[in-house]
Amino acid sequence: MLPQALYGAAGILLFVIGLWSLLVHASILRKLIAINIMGSGVFHVFIAVAYRGPALAPDPVPHALVLTGIVAAVSATALALALAARLEQPTERDPADHG
Amino acid sequence: MDELLILAVALPILGATLTTALPRWALAVGLLAALVTSATGLAVTAAVWWQGPLHLAVGGWEAPLGVALRADGLTAALLAMINLVALGISIYASGYFRASGKLVHFWPLWLLLWASLNGAFMSADLFNIYVTLEVMGLSAASLGALGGSRAAVVANLRYLLVGLLGSMTYLLGVALVYTAYGTLELHLLAERITAGPQGAAALVLVTAGLALKAALFPLHFWLPPAHSAAPAPVSAALSALVVKAAFYLILRLWLGPFAAVTTTSAAVVLGLLGAGGVVWGSWRALRAERLKLLAAYSTVAQVGYLFLFLPMLAVTPAGPGRASLTAGLALMALSHGFAKAGLFLAAGQLQQYAGHDRINDLGPAAREHPASTFAVALAGVALVGLPPSGTFFGKWLLISNAFATGQWWWVVVVLLGTLLAASYTFRVLSRAFSTERVPRQAPTDLRTELPALVLTATAVVLLLFLARPLWTLLGLDADAALPGLAGGWR
Repeated sequence: MLPQALYGAAGILLFVIGLWSLLVHASILRKLIAINIMGSGVFHVFIAVAYRGPALAPDPVPHALVLTGIVAAVSATALALALAARLEQPTERDPADHG
Repeated sequence: MDELLILAVALPILGATLTTALPRWALAVGLLAALVTSATGLAVTAAVWWQGPLHLAVGGWEAPLGVALRADGLTAALLAMINLVALGISIYASGYFRASGKLVHFWPLWLLLWASLNGAFMSADLFNIYVTLEVMGLSAASLGALGGSRAAVVANLRYLLVGLLGSMTYLLGVALVYTAYGTLELHLLAERITAGPQGAAALVLVTAGLALKAALFPLHFWLPPAHSAAPAPVSAALSALVVKAAFYLILRLWLGPFAAVTTTSAAVVLGLLGAGGVVWGSWRALRAERLKLLAAYSTVAQVGYLFLFLPMLAVTPAGPGRASLTAGLALMALSHGFAKAGLFLAAGQLQQYAGHDRINDLGPAAREHPASTFAVALAGVALVGLPPSGTFFGKWLLISNAFATGQWWWVVVVLLGTLLAASYTFRVLSRAFSTERVPRQAPTDLRTELPALVLTATAVVLLLFLARPLWTLLGLDADAALPGLAGGWR
């Protein structure tokens, strides 16, 4: 039981660290990394939940959830990076921005 | 009939795939997909009306392993609004984006957003809700940035990050639920949940995540820039539909699976935040310099009204009283959906005519385009809550229940919000009046002006006639439940 509790607690700690980092940092890239750390924390909790003792096989449902969650997190990160990259390019719509 | 539920999600996804694969036919395929999707959504409502609640275990996999979709009266009522408004937005967008060539990008993202909306309203398990929230967040932020201006990209990047923060918080709550109760299916969870620290922590996390997405004051900070910088049809979808979905989920979870964990004081906290949203959102709308910013702040206020219902629902025991209050809440949400979508569409039209949306300089454009101005006025009637709009009846129920449950202080908030809403509506409309002669003009572009008119007229006139069917749909005896005032509206 102890490793499971430790793993779950570490997940919640990761979530809190990520949240703190998201709130205090202004840079988009740092914010994005912070959100991914929060996500990893949640996935840790799910993986800890799946443990059912040494005698039983792990519960497959949380594993399936984590896989889906990772796909969503990767897609969201990609979109955020694409939008952030767009900000680095000059745009023709807003002449005021680079004039 | 149960298969309709999956079709309402699968058809727009199919449409999104086809519009991506056949960019040359994007307009035709997109409009066709929009028609078919809205027809399916309305068919779900009709099926619930005739048969009662629908339930589908997708692929034959029953809970706890499978993913279930469900539609009851409340789902059906909101689905009808979502799909009608979405159809109006689709028709409008086909005209709005015509010149810019952005339709190729608009259709796939918009149909995905539509699929996630239908999915969120029908999902019967917590994780499936998370998936629809993620799809909704990603497609909504991409759509919002479609204009390509720097302001739009900045605002929607922030919207995306806030949305991710919301869904991660929600997901941690889901993890706690699975740890404590071993199920994510809403009905099973309702049976197993018990009041205690685990349930309370999960409720707080899930509610906080969704409240961030619903723009509950003071978590609304991301909404005004994102919704006002997006292209008009997208603003309409974000303000009228996406925000509504997050609120609906909070309502569903509070009344359903988490009912054993929620307390009156927790509901009062949400009600107080809602009251803050009503006052602050209306005040900022009054002070807004641009029409779309005004509409966005007005959404913050209107979401606040919806949260005011929660403390009253908390003290009303389950039964006809609570169901009637829920129906009033649904009516308010429906009216706002139609009115706000119509307002953004009309605002976008005026913006295109005038080349800007500064309220003080909108006068000439407003006078030359009476159809759009009239749509703005109709939306104003619904936002203020003048009779016979659905908002009027919703506010009436809100006020009478506030007195009935001894919580009269909410009435002050409602009255203040109504006064401010009247002020910001008249501030916009006053620009349209002038003694100058203007050329006489009928609607100038049917494809864009008609949806705005129809949607706002629905909010003001049609919902009056729909109050009765709505009560029946929610399983109430309309004759008994609509006494007094509404009795004359049969």
